[in-house]
Amino acid sequence: MKIAVASGKGGTGKTMVATSLAATAAKDHPVRFLDCDVEAPNAHLFLNPTIERKEKAYIAVPKIDPAACTLCGRCVEVCTFHALAKLGTQILVFPQLCHGCGSCTLQCPVDAITEFPRPIGELFFGTTKENILFSMGELTISEPMPTPIIRQLKAHLSDEATLTILDSPPGASCSVVTTIHNADFLLLVTEPTAFGLHDLRQMLGIVEKTGTPAGVIINRAGVNYAPLEKLLEEQSIPVLMRIPYRNEIAAALASGQLLTESFPEYKPAFIHLLQDIDRLMGDV
Amino acid sequence: MLNNDLKLKQLVMLSGKGGTGKTSLTAGLMDLASRSWRHPVFTDADVDAANLALVTEAVPDQSHLFMGSFLAEITPEQCQNCGMCADVCRYGAILLPTENQPWHRVDELACEGCAACVHVCPETAIQLHQQQDGEWFQSTTPYGQLFHAELFPAAENSGKLVTTVKQQAKLYAQDNGCDLLIVDGPPGIGCPVISASAGADLALLVAEPGVSGIHDLDRIIQTLQEFNVPILVCINKADIFTPGTEDIKSLVGKYGLPLAGEIPFDEAIPDSISAMQPVTRFAPESPAAHAIEQIWGTIQRTLFGEG
Repeated sequence: MKIAVASGKGGTGKTMVATSLAATAAKDHPVRFLDCDVEAPNAHLFLNPTIERKEKAYIAVPKIDPAACTLCGRCVEVCTFHALAKLGTQILVFPQLCHGCGSCTLQCPVDAITEFPRPIGELFFGTTKENILFSMGELTISEPMPTPIIRQLKAHLSDEATLTILDSPPGASCSVVTTIHNADFLLLVTEPTAFGLHDLRQMLGIVEKTGTPAGVIINRAGVNYAPLEKLLEEQSIPVLMRIPYRNEIAAALASGQLLTESFPEYKPAFIHLLQDIDRLMGDV
Repeated sequence: MLNNDLKLKQLVMLSGKGGTGKTSLTAGLMDLASRSWRHPVFTDADVDAANLALVTEAVPDQSHLFMGSFLAEITPEQCQNCGMCADVCRYGAILLPTENQPWHRVDELACEGCAACVHVCPETAIQLHQQQDGEWFQSTTPYGQLFHAELFPAAENSGKLVTTVKQQAKLYAQDNGCDLLIVDGPPGIGCPVISASAGADLALLVAEPGVSGIHDLDRIIQTLQEFNVPILVCINKADIFTPGTEDIKSLVGKYGLPLAGEIPFDEAIPDSISAMQPVTRFAPESPAAHAIEQIWGTIQRTLFGEG
C-alpha cells in the first residue's frame, strides 16, 4: 500500500506525520519511505538514515548534430515547451525548458538529434535504525524542474516493501500530482486557520479528480475551527487525528526529534491511524 | 538620475521551507508600506496556495482566465489500439484499453502535453487541447492594489502564472507611478520561486529555527546567490527554539548576510489571521507588530537608503 502525505499549505506538519507514521509502522511492516519534496527535503533530518547509495537524477535533453541537421525546423515546431528555437543557421536548445519528452528526436526526419542525460538532481538511498528503506530526491540549486526527479525516485517503488510512505512537497500543482499519482491513500495534513482551510480545498480538488480515498490530520488543533469541520463533514472526509499545538512539540521537532520519539504517548495514535487507513481502504 | 529614483523596486518574500510566516509578514509590510512615503503595489506569487488576499480585505475588481498547459485527448471512435502512443509516452500517461473502455485513453494527471503521441498516431486520433489552468485577479485592498491568482487544483504552469501576475503588477506600477512591488513568494527553490525572484532588487527570507528551517534556508540562499539577488534574512518564531535561532545567525554570518530582525512567537499572528487583518493593524502594539516595523525600516534603508 502506498500512502501519500500532502497538505497544500507548507509547514503544516507533513514531514512530522510522515516520519512518525513510518517509524511506528516499521515495528510490524517492512516500510519504504520516499521524500518527494525534492526542493526542500527534510525527512532525513528526523529519520537519520545511513545513506548507502547515491544516483544522479537526469532529464534527457536533445543534442543536434549540425552536420546532419537540414534546418527544416520540425523539432522547433513539435516542441510544446519552447525549448528549441531556430536562429540563423542553427537550432538552439534551452535545456532548462526541456521536459525530456523526446518529441523532437522522434520527429526529426534526418535523425540529427540524439539525447544526452543532463543531471538536475540526486537521489539518495539508505536504511534507518528502524529498518525503514529510505530514499529521497534533491533538486540541484538553480534547476527549475522537480518532477523528473520525483518520477525517477518513484521508479524505485516496486519491491517487497508492503507499506510505502510518500512525503509530498507543498502546493497543489505538478510536483504534488507527480508524487501522489497512483497512491492508494492520501493523508492530508492541515491546520485550523483560514490559510490551512483555503489550501486544503485545493488538495480536496485533486482528491475529487483522482478519486483517491483520503483522510485529514488537523495539526496545531485548538478550539474547533467551524469552517474546517463543516467542509470536512460536507465532503465526508474523515478526521483521523488531531494534534494540539504545544510549545514543547514545536521545540522537539525543531531539534530534529520524531514526534513519537519525544512524545511516546502519540505512538498508539499512529497505530490507530494505520488501522483506520486499512479500514477505510477496505471500505473502498 | 531622475529615472533611477523613479525605478520600481522589487522585494520578494521567500523561505525555502513552507509555513514559516511569509504571508503574515507580507501582510504586515503591506500595511506599513501603505502608511509610508512609498507608493506600493503587491503580488501574491504563491499561486498554488494563495493566501495573501485572505488577510488583506481584497475585493477583486477584475478576473481573467489563465490558459496554460496542454492535454492530449484520444477520440475513441478513431483509435485502432495500435499502441504507438503508449510506446512513445515517457510519462506513463497512456492508459491501456479495458473491457469497459476498449480503446487507449489519456491519464490527465500524468500527461505533460508534449504531443509526442499526437505526432505518432497513424489514425490522427489524438488532439492537444489547451487547458484553463487558473484565474488571476486585480483586487483593491485598503493597502493598495493586489495582483493574485488561483491555480486550479492539479494544474500545471505555476511559474508561468507567477510571471503573469508579476507582469500585470508591473504594468500597473508603470501607469500609476508606483515605486515598490512586494511579491509574496512560494515555498521551495524551483520553477515558481525562480519566476517570483526574477528582477528582484532584494529578497527577504523568512527563516524559522529548527533543523528543517535551516536546511531549507541554506538552499534558498544558495539559489538566490546563483541569480545574484541581494538578501536580507529575518527570523520568525525566534524564541521557540533558541539553539536553532543561534544556528540561523551563524549561517547568515557565514554567508555575510544582514539580519533584518527577529519576530517572537506571538499569538497575535494567528489571531490576526482569524480576524483577516495584517497583524500590524490588528494588534499594533503586539511584539510581532513591533518587530515587523523594525524589519520594514531595514527594508527601506536597504532599498531606498532611507527609513
